[in-house]
Amino acid sequence: MLGYLLKRLIQMILVLWVVSVIVFLMMSFTGDPVFMVVPIDATDSEIAQARRLLGLDQSLPVQYWKFLSSIVQGDFGRSYVFRQPAMTLILERLPATVEMVLVAMGLAVLVAIPLGVYAGANPNGRLSRTIMAGSLLGISLPGFWVGMVLIYLFAVHWGIFPSSGRGDTGEIFGLRISLLTLDGWHHIALPAITLSLGTMAILLRMTRAGMMEVSRQDFMKFARAKGVPRKDVLYGHGLKNALIPVVTIFGLQLGDLIAFATITETIFSWPGMGKLLIDSIYRADRPVIVVYLMLVALIFVVINFIVDLVYTLIDPRISLK
Amino acid sequence: MAQESETPLLAVRDLRTWFHTFSGVVKAVNGVSFEIGEGEVMGLVGESGGGKSVIGFSVLGLIDSPGRIEGGEILFDGEDLAQAGEERLRHIRGRHISMVFQDPMTSLNPLHTVGRQMDEVLRLHTDLGAAERRKACIDMLESVGISRAAERLKAYPHQFSGGMRQRVVIAIALLAGPRLIIADEPTTALDVTIQSQILKLMRRQIAEKGASMILITHDLAVVSEMADHITVLYCGKVVERGRTRDLIESPAHPYTRGLIDSIPDPAARHDRLRQIPGSVPDIRALPKGCNFRERCPRAQALCAETEPDLTKQHRSLWAACHFPLVPGDVQ
Amino acid sequence: MAVTSVLRSEFFHNYRHSASAIIGSGLMALFAFAVIAGPFLVAQNPYDIAALDLMDSYKPPVWLEGGDPRYWLGTDGQGRDVWASILYGARISVFIGVVAMLASCALGTLLGLVAGFYGGIVDSVIMRIADIQLSFPSILIALFLMSAVGTGVDKVLIALTAVGWVVYARTVRGSTLSEIEKEYVQAARVAGLPNRKIIRKHVLPNVLTPLIVIATIQVGTFVLIEASLSFLGVGVPITQPSLGLLIKNGFDVLFSGLWWTSVFPGVAIMMLVFGINLFGDFLRDELNPRLK
Repeated sequence: MLGYLLKRLIQMILVLWVVSVIVFLMMSFTGDPVFMVVPIDATDSEIAQARRLLGLDQSLPVQYWKFLSSIVQGDFGRSYVFRQPAMTLILERLPATVEMVLVAMGLAVLVAIPLGVYAGANPNGRLSRTIMAGSLLGISLPGFWVGMVLIYLFAVHWGIFPSSGRGDTGEIFGLRISLLTLDGWHHIALPAITLSLGTMAILLRMTRAGMMEVSRQDFMKFARAKGVPRKDVLYGHGLKNALIPVVTIFGLQLGDLIAFATITETIFSWPGMGKLLIDSIYRADRPVIVVYLMLVALIFVVINFIVDLVYTLIDPRISLK
Repeated sequence: MAQESETPLLAVRDLRTWFHTFSGVVKAVNGVSFEIGEGEVMGLVGESGGGKSVIGFSVLGLIDSPGRIEGGEILFDGEDLAQAGEERLRHIRGRHISMVFQDPMTSLNPLHTVGRQMDEVLRLHTDLGAAERRKACIDMLESVGISRAAERLKAYPHQFSGGMRQRVVIAIALLAGPRLIIADEPTTALDVTIQSQILKLMRRQIAEKGASMILITHDLAVVSEMADHITVLYCGKVVERGRTRDLIESPAHPYTRGLIDSIPDPAARHDRLRQIPGSVPDIRALPKGCNFRERCPRAQALCAETEPDLTKQHRSLWAACHFPLVPGDVQ
Repeated sequence: MAVTSVLRSEFFHNYRHSASAIIGSGLMALFAFAVIAGPFLVAQNPYDIAALDLMDSYKPPVWLEGGDPRYWLGTDGQGRDVWASILYGARISVFIGVVAMLASCALGTLLGLVAGFYGGIVDSVIMRIADIQLSFPSILIALFLMSAVGTGVDKVLIALTAVGWVVYARTVRGSTLSEIEKEYVQAARVAGLPNRKIIRKHVLPNVLTPLIVIATIQVGTFVLIEASLSFLGVGVPITQPSLGLLIKNGFDVLFSGLWWTSVFPGVAIMMLVFGINLFGDFLRDELNPRLK
């Protein structure tokens, strides 16, 4: 157990290190950030000085070493635009993104699992076919476009939902959370629905496929031969087995949600870290981009680890090795 | 019939179970009749794909789409299960009739403990309290030869070997004290050495509990040791039936003869196994006349014309053949 | 001869009896036609400034009040016909989707073959990169790459290929490993056939079938990713607007109630990707019967 944790920890650090190298290299080969910090009429010497201040006059390995040692100390530099520590900027916006992602995930699970189980248990029914066609449509829709259509219908045309922003937030442990106020829920509804559709469709299809696969297994028929009612066979014996592949992609889906949150936040002007990333890309605000990428990489690595742990809880055949 | 004097525990009459597939109707069971008395063991024999398993599932009402019981009666203790509703069947399954599947590696739920899967039967079919159920499970596990039973209740199926799992499956099948056990190739997936252990165990348990058993297998050698009666199936129909001894010693149907000859006999003088030539015909497009005629050494013109009915033969045997073998025939 | 054997095949039989396959391939054919014949179907070239008339700006679709029969889906702020923009935009979207798929497939197959055939450190390096990449969403990797290199059709193609090769490499490596175990490949190796020849003649043909399904569905995925990138302003340049960029341009005027400039391009993307996914699903069922 301890050995496993240690091995996983080393793996996680290794992945983060590879990401840091890639991020650093990409950043170094593209554009010159010095022009982001100096005024437009800066003299050559001012530019050179700024370059020195930013450490851009040194060789690539030296720059990387500085980059690495500062991020290990939690120092990601200051935003060129906001003149604040980039880490602070991102962390301020993290709760908004996390709560939207979680609401979207909750929504997706709530809708996808029951519908997927139903469609898997009755594969030839008319309702199942409709569900499946709907889910295929769900993965074929551009998410941002759905968001726009929702904005047009519910905000512009009918005016029953706000089109942008986060609304009132409540405070808990110093974090500002929309979910504590009615107004917050009112604001989060459209973006969360927009964000959840793709994941909903994928989870639904995975659940159905798992359910259909499981329905064919001998132990399902054996359970029926024991006299277990059909419903209990499906949900008591089948569902847990069917969900194993769903859990496997759960982590990937959370990652996808975080990634697509950048787009959803842009459409709905949701003040999360995704919108900050897009704004920073426009402004070439390199430190913020770096923090975002490293933080997201960390989140993904941790999610994958948690998924593996959950996996062992569900399936007794898998042990931590 | 073999046991006309007593009322049979199970009487299957003219059972027809068909599968409606895209490429045609598969008449997996097509007019099968047989009977089993209390405490009897009947062997149901035939080549793979001969509809043996379908009979077992039909009795329990476990035929799934595209399959359907098209006709016939399944009289269990006088009640026609072919007409029974799902709720009634559910009450019978596991309680009065239980089943042992072929592959112990797949017939247990991998995510539930053995104890939970055993307990489920008792919870469904008895009024016992939790402690009593636990006691009953432990006793049953011990009686199928699993030591440290109390501990093993907490184990998951993957922690057992194949033979041990099949013991668990048998324990589950016996738990509620059923009167009939349908064992579908219970030893086929196991090692040879384990096979005989499991067969002995089943035989002993059935005798102790006074239950009846349908032993479905392709292996005549297995049934000849276990069964009182044998029913031989070919292409979804009964081709021969009778007492085990009569049928093994001198079968009337050439197909049965072929099955017997293909049993490897350690004491046999000839060093080559005889095989039935050809293979089972496509059940979706059976030839006119006798289904076996294309593989039959005794086939004549009549066999291509009319399908033989099941008729009384020597001793206890009934066979569906125009030119049956009689004792003393040399092939 | 060949035609009749196709018409009689089980594949074709199932195709004719599958509504989703027919609808899916129908939509794909429709887009193929639109992509090829698009410019001949409309009078206006939406990128020819001379053909635009500002007097015609923001005309609603023809069935609404103020609609102009020349522009049945309406016009945008520069008097550009939305229908013509969609036909021209679909060309760019489909071009990017197909070319990026072909490039990903070629690169991924090559790397997968090399990894599977030679094994060792080459294999480890390729597969570890693939593993790490797979644990991050494609859209994020593409977004990051685009933010680094700037907009452009060629850059979108590079970014998509960089995220798209992994799935082919893994599949091909897997089938290569099982293929080189087989006797005929072993025999060819023993016989001293050069590796390149063994790969090309024996391994490659046998590992390609599973790729057909992946490739089909990937075109749809790529169209969506490209649209998202362009919507965020880091995809195609303004001079070559894909369907995604059309939606972005329309989004700016959505709040004024001018919905048609963004809604119709979205419908076009939906139809295209839905068609691809329908057909891809059918192919998966046909080519991998185990999953049925």
